[in-house]
Amino acid sequence: MKIIRWLVIVVYFSVAVMPLAWLAITSFKLKEDTISPTAKFIPVASKIESPDGSDTSVLFTASTDAYRRLGAVNIGSDYSFFHYLANSLIIGALSALSAVGLGTACAYGFSRFRIAGAKDWLFFILSTRFLPPLAVVVPVFMMYRQFNLQNTHVGLILLYTSFNLSLSVWLMKGFIDDIPRAYEDAALVDGYSRLQAFWRIIVPHAATGMAVTAVFCLISALNEYGFAMALNSSRAVTVPVYFAGLQGNISGVPWPQVAAGALVFVVPVAVFTVLVRKHLLRGVTFGTIKQ
Amino acid sequence: MSFLQLQQLKKTFADGTEAVKGVDLSIDEGEFIVLLGPSGCGKTTTLRMVAGLEAPSDGRVIIAGQDVTRLRPAQRDVGFVFQFYALYPHMTVEQNIAFTLESTGAARRECRERVADVSRVMGLGALLRRYPRQLSGGDQQRVALARAVVRRPKVYLMDEPLGTLDADKRLEMREFIRSRQQEMKVTTIYVTHDQEEAMSLADRVVVMHEGMICQAGPPTEVYDDPASLFVARFVGSPGMNFIPGSVVADDGQRFFVPHQSQARMPLGRDVRPGPVTLGVRPEYVYPSSDGPIAGSVVMDEYQGNFRSIHIDTGFAHNLVMRAGDADARAVGESIRLSFNAEHTRFFDGNTGQRL
Repeated sequence: MKIIRWLVIVVYFSVAVMPLAWLAITSFKLKEDTISPTAKFIPVASKIESPDGSDTSVLFTASTDAYRRLGAVNIGSDYSFFHYLANSLIIGALSALSAVGLGTACAYGFSRFRIAGAKDWLFFILSTRFLPPLAVVVPVFMMYRQFNLQNTHVGLILLYTSFNLSLSVWLMKGFIDDIPRAYEDAALVDGYSRLQAFWRIIVPHAATGMAVTAVFCLISALNEYGFAMALNSSRAVTVPVYFAGLQGNISGVPWPQVAAGALVFVVPVAVFTVLVRKHLLRGVTFGTIKQ
Repeated sequence: MSFLQLQQLKKTFADGTEAVKGVDLSIDEGEFIVLLGPSGCGKTTTLRMVAGLEAPSDGRVIIAGQDVTRLRPAQRDVGFVFQFYALYPHMTVEQNIAFTLESTGAARRECRERVADVSRVMGLGALLRRYPRQLSGGDQQRVALARAVVRRPKVYLMDEPLGTLDADKRLEMREFIRSRQQEMKVTTIYVTHDQEEAMSLADRVVVMHEGMICQAGPPTEVYDDPASLFVARFVGSPGMNFIPGSVVADDGQRFFVPHQSQARMPLGRDVRPGPVTLGVRPEYVYPSSDGPIAGSVVMDEYQGNFRSIHIDTGFAHNLVMRAGDADARAVGESIRLSFNAEHTRFFDGNTGQRL
């Protein structure tokens, strides 16, 4: 039984990690090795060319060239990778922060006060998630053109904040429901106002929940492609749109750079996710687990 | 004028539950009041309305001559001890106690001194740097008390503060609370469902049932002169014995006749004839070969210095007799019981009110 369990874990792990591993390997290749018909996966310091010119070796020359070239501006782009990375991080972080901030305030209201039709409101909030985002691309596009929000960071921050708000409200409501009311009652009797009690009692207790929610919002903002593409052509373009744009590159897709960039993009989020994994699981159960 | 007044206090919750149905209570300064009643009787809701944690549906709360009904808890100057302590888990003991002082804007130095003072009184000196989760239940409760008293509020409110403690700790804390209260002479309202706790702590016990006050008075009065069947049964362990029957008048004399019985007990005092329930405390029931009540022993509870003998007399409830620790009884033994008329109490057979 134990062996089977381990086997399952190992197999699953390999499958899951494969794309990431391949991404890492590719990022250290030279471009010609990435498009070779033979899959190359063993890095060597320098490769010996085969005499007849045919290339069936699984060896490739390890190089950090792709990482060095991340700072360069590719043909057909206006900026280097780092500009787009900064765009993604700024938009992702600010939209996650606003979604969590607004979501926490809203969830606190739903959790602690009697609100007429609270269940219907909550369902309404959740129902904004049911709509396929594609359905609103055109109206959003028109609105953004009207308000000159195209090609702006603010435009995407607003959009992602509103997308993530429903998730944030629901997750935070679960977390806040789990905080005993007695702590706030105590703070009220101890001479604090409702708002002060919120800041000094609820926020410290909901901090892990807020971090978890922020991670979910951040990931979803970083991954978003459709709207980012539809609403931007240059300045506020995010990493996914930038990579996709490289497809049409006149000198061919610079795969090692794409891989290197993707890795730089993904690793911090992955590491952070692993760090808070215990709380993430609490998050997705919507606070239904009581101690 | 009394220090704390509750006037026609009512609370109806949004779901229609009438938790408190009009409570009137006047409390003197320095008095230790215990609200006693079974769970759901409205005692905690009443307490929370005094604190301002629950808004009354109707009625007024007056503290020290000021109508505080519409004031926030912070503006009422009350200290509250919660059933589950509600210590802030992310703060040390010291921070927990100082938290309420900070709200008043007291200087850091003064905070330190006040915290140090109260910790000494409460015996918390060694624990100031610990977090609540590192403390035992008794110590947590001590911190909760310290937090409630450090600001020297006008009124202390305690919501079953000892309910979650072990029996031995509970006795210790009971003593502790009583002696601190007497030293500090602060008006206190204490909520509990434990009648023994109520009797030992209170200057005045207020028995509540179904959102109303049944009786308010010193422990001895509540015990000896219960105002209703409910109070008589709820106070005392075990509670009062009840024998349904009726009072008959015969030749200018009044007699009590138990249901389905030929026995006649002379009362020696004036009780209006009609259906009644006779109440008598277990300690006043004694075996007597010509007693008016007959029954058989169903249980003999040995309780150390005394025994509670449960006797089936054919009425709805078994009769309980308190007997000496050496006075063991065999189950099934037939027994006749008697009691003195002076220790009997009579309740209206229909309303349950004291006659």
